[in-house]
Amino acid sequence: MSVLVAVPVLLPLLAAGLALVLSQVGQAQRVIAVAVLAAVMVDAAVLLAVVDDTGALVLRLGGYGPPFGITLVADRLSALLLLVSSVITLAVLAYSISQRVTDYGRAPSSTSFHPIYLVMCAGVALAYLTADLFNLFVSFEIMLAASYVLITRGTTAKRVQANMTYVIVSLTSSLLFITLIALVYAATGTVNFAELEGRVADIAPGAQLGLALLALVVFGIKSAIVPLHFWLPDSYPTAPAPVTAVFAGLLTKVGIYAVIRTQTVVFTHADTWNLLLFVALVTMIIGVLGALAQVDINRLLSFLLVSHIGFMLFGLALFSPLGLTGVILYILHHITVQTALFLIAGLITRHTATVSIRDMGGVAGQRPWLAVVFAVPALSLAGIPPLSGFIAKITLLQGGVEADSVTAYAVAFGAIATSLLTLYAMARIWVMAFWGEPPERAPDKPDAVETAGSARPMLLVCASLVAFGLVIAAAAGPLSEVAGRAAVNLLDGGVYRSAVLGGDVR
Amino acid sequence: MTINLTLIVLLAVVYSTGFYLLMQRSLMRIVLGVVLLGHGANLFLQAAGGPPGEPPKAGGSVLGALSDPLPQAMALTAIVITFAVTTFLLALAYRSHALLGHDEVSDDVEDQRIRQHPEAEQESQAVVSDEPGEHV
Repeated sequence: MSVLVAVPVLLPLLAAGLALVLSQVGQAQRVIAVAVLAAVMVDAAVLLAVVDDTGALVLRLGGYGPPFGITLVADRLSALLLLVSSVITLAVLAYSISQRVTDYGRAPSSTSFHPIYLVMCAGVALAYLTADLFNLFVSFEIMLAASYVLITRGTTAKRVQANMTYVIVSLTSSLLFITLIALVYAATGTVNFAELEGRVADIAPGAQLGLALLALVVFGIKSAIVPLHFWLPDSYPTAPAPVTAVFAGLLTKVGIYAVIRTQTVVFTHADTWNLLLFVALVTMIIGVLGALAQVDINRLLSFLLVSHIGFMLFGLALFSPLGLTGVILYILHHITVQTALFLIAGLITRHTATVSIRDMGGVAGQRPWLAVVFAVPALSLAGIPPLSGFIAKITLLQGGVEADSVTAYAVAFGAIATSLLTLYAMARIWVMAFWGEPPERAPDKPDAVETAGSARPMLLVCASLVAFGLVIAAAAGPLSEVAGRAAVNLLDGGVYRSAVLGGDVR
Repeated sequence: MTINLTLIVLLAVVYSTGFYLLMQRSLMRIVLGVVLLGHGANLFLQAAGGPPGEPPKAGGSVLGALSDPLPQAMALTAIVITFAVTTFLLALAYRSHALLGHDEVSDDVEDQRIRQHPEAEQESQAVVSDEPGEHV
């Protein structure tokens, strides 16, 4: 049974190699990529069912136990995130394939995209499943190295310029990550999460706090927490729509996952952490205000992405079961909705041949279905009931009220204000792009409405992603129960420890 | 655990030089900064393993007097990774030189906007990310 844990990492890596060999046969490459990601999705679903039923599944590679062997662990949190991530990666792959087939026909292959994309999927899965700090570093590097290539592919001068910042910033955080590992190892003599949990508690409180803060900075850069967010709105929007969508949906969330895992299992906080609460508030407000100043639809969505990272930190900072349940629900909702929005933004810019919402207009009249597909995730992001965003936000706010402190109330108030401003930002896109008259086209610009005539397969992919968001909302009852159990597991490290170490080893 | 003072001073020098170089404009200097920082981080991993002992191989030495093999294994992995990423960064610097004629890191997009519009009219010109509808 524990072999299920290895499948999401192994299968995409093997398939990446195969896809590279078959780089001249576009059709075969596409079939392999879709089949493998679909298999990973099924595997993740089975994993979630098994793990929720019997507790965490542990795989010791080569039979070596901690601290020397590599251990993979699937607990409820990992399995939940893995399932949603695999749905997203499959959807984005389907989108990019249909985009290519629509424009170029079936024959041509895109030699490097599929292998690199599969490697990135393997990196993301490994990050969710790994049970030690050093392996987490390796998985981040797999994921980031693939992302460097994906974001700088098709090199225009502009893209090279914008993404230098991305590569350098990510690299800096990786080097800080190695430093963190060295410090943690020097202090405790292990990098295994389960062993760390007990040993970190024994070192001096000051050193503990220092390590916790360094971990927050390392993963804060990757998950774009204000003030470490500045690289994101400059680099993500320069990539093609599918790449931006998968980066925005997944990579920052993997960073948040690492923050959650380290701050709950490794560094334990008994009570609300006011510093993190403050960072959450600043992230929400600065992100959403940044979004309101933008006219480029992709940059606007990128700033909103930064803003909503704040919501996840809010729930985490409370360190209560309800708060963490809210975070888990929020991540599941946000991965789906943010990816859908970026894919739809790709369709809108394809239709209007511009990324500036000032130059758009009348899209709703020309493409009513695109308008419907945009409206649902936009309202969900703003937290309008009964969509998934509402359910996640209400759980977070309940957690905030339950904490019953002035700071928690203040941040809860900030969260509500941010939701309203998000709604305003979405309304701005809606009014400027979807309503009004279509603008006069300059004679030298191609008539985009003609060229983008057959975007139907892509629209279908977006629609199914939106439908998946609705499924999350509809399944909110059982989902929040699973998330609640995952949150309890996170706060009570003993479950994790006995699963990984098999008994009460210290 | 005993601390080797020479190593600590060396680490401080390498780290600060690395971060100083990282904050320069030229991508070449940034690459050098990354290389230095990478060395610093790997050295730090070694330092974290404690004082050197006998070679950790089976049968040859006394248990308890061995050096800790785990940080060495981690440093090896980290060296490979930093080496690969440095190569990528060099390729990026070369491409930047080929496409832009220089290898300088450009300003923040928002900074450019604010400089263009000193008055409050920051929205009047759209900052456009890239051509829409592009393929992967």
